[in-house]
Amino acid sequence: MSAITSAEWTAILLSLRVAIIATLVATPFGIALAWLLARRDFWGKSMLDALVHLPLVLPPVVTGYLLLLTFGRRGLVGGFLADYLGIVFAFRWTGAALACGIMSFPLLVRPIRLSIEAIDRRLEQAAETLGAAPWKVFLTVTLPLALPGVLAGMVLGFAKAIGEFGATITFVSNIPGETQTISSAIYSLIQTPDGDAAAGRLVIISIVLALGALIAAEWFARRATARLHGN
Amino acid sequence: MLRVDVEKQLGEFSLQASFASEGRVTGLFGASGSGKTTLVNMIAGLLRPDRGSIVIDGDTVDDTAAGIHVPAYRRRIGYVFQDARLFPHLNVAQNLDYGRRMNHLAHDPAQEKRIVDLLDIGALRDRRPGKLSGGERQRVALGRALLSKPRLLLLDEPLGALDEGRKLEILPYLVRLRDEANVPMVYVSHDAAELRQLATQIVMLRQGRVTSTGGVKVLT
Repeated sequence: MSAITSAEWTAILLSLRVAIIATLVATPFGIALAWLLARRDFWGKSMLDALVHLPLVLPPVVTGYLLLLTFGRRGLVGGFLADYLGIVFAFRWTGAALACGIMSFPLLVRPIRLSIEAIDRRLEQAAETLGAAPWKVFLTVTLPLALPGVLAGMVLGFAKAIGEFGATITFVSNIPGETQTISSAIYSLIQTPDGDAAAGRLVIISIVLALGALIAAEWFARRATARLHGN
Repeated sequence: MLRVDVEKQLGEFSLQASFASEGRVTGLFGASGSGKTTLVNMIAGLLRPDRGSIVIDGDTVDDTAAGIHVPAYRRRIGYVFQDARLFPHLNVAQNLDYGRRMNHLAHDPAQEKRIVDLLDIGALRDRRPGKLSGGERQRVALGRALLSKPRLLLLDEPLGALDEGRKLEILPYLVRLRDEANVPMVYVSHDAAELRQLATQIVMLRQGRVTSTGGVKVLT
């Protein structure tokens, strides 16, 4: 198989950039939401839980279309952001990051939530009796113990983000160098008569990235268990 | 000086306890289910009384009539749990230092050395809690609570999870603590023999009520 061309590299690097930004921006929200779902009881909790998981079951094209309606230039939020803050999502790589962040959010939140739920709350009580205010308990006990879960969530979210296709192409289209990720590049290549070799190379890269992420997530999950047992 | 006068309803169980203690070690004695842990959790501030007040050294930490409830992290009360509850992600040295860091206390090497020597835990400093025996864990938990410089130390069945041999291993440390650490203690146990060795005053609990108070002789 011949070498990777510069057009393919552009798509690979763009995918990496989109997935990394999406994961980094989504993680703080993911931690906050995971904590809320793991530790608090409030009105509308099951509704919020369902909303977080919605991108997992909704047709991606629907999510993408809703993003376009909301964050497009004429959308309610998109118009405001463009006019007052100069932030544009539609047909930009930032929009791809937004779409990927939302599509991968359920996968990011789940391991974090599970790892927070697995923490013995009596450890947090012990921290409190030692003089730690609630936010310090969170930073010095809860978060460090949940860290492997946070990392596992980030790896899974990243893997999902790098492969996202439907919502991204609907929301920001398929513009080489701006919004053409690995997935949309493969989609274009397999519709081109002599694109098979290039598509094949990108397919192999996708498989390697996804597999690597799954192995990393599994490794972090095992670390989490060891950490909770104090070894 | 500790003054407690509280009521608490937990499902079917109701606790109604009132006592005052001047003793160095107040022994809270009763069978399991008599409300000892509920009472100690209220003193620690982990549980809020439905009605009543708790006063430590003239400082009111709970008074439902006046709407006072000082949260646990501002009470400066050390708590040693039956199951040690060391932080699994920190080694022994970091566990011992935790209370000092959270309370923004200055390093006090002399005091640290005194407590580490008293409890014989110097050799364990670099170990993780998962690599300690039950007795070692409990000694580290004692040190961790003491190093947060509490004005009162609560011990809830600290020997409860240990077998007979281990209990005999820890008891001398507790006696030394009582005689040398200079922190008043509330010691919870269902074991009269243990309390006879340690307590200077007894509060006897039965089904959520204080049935008698006085010297160690009320245990007989």
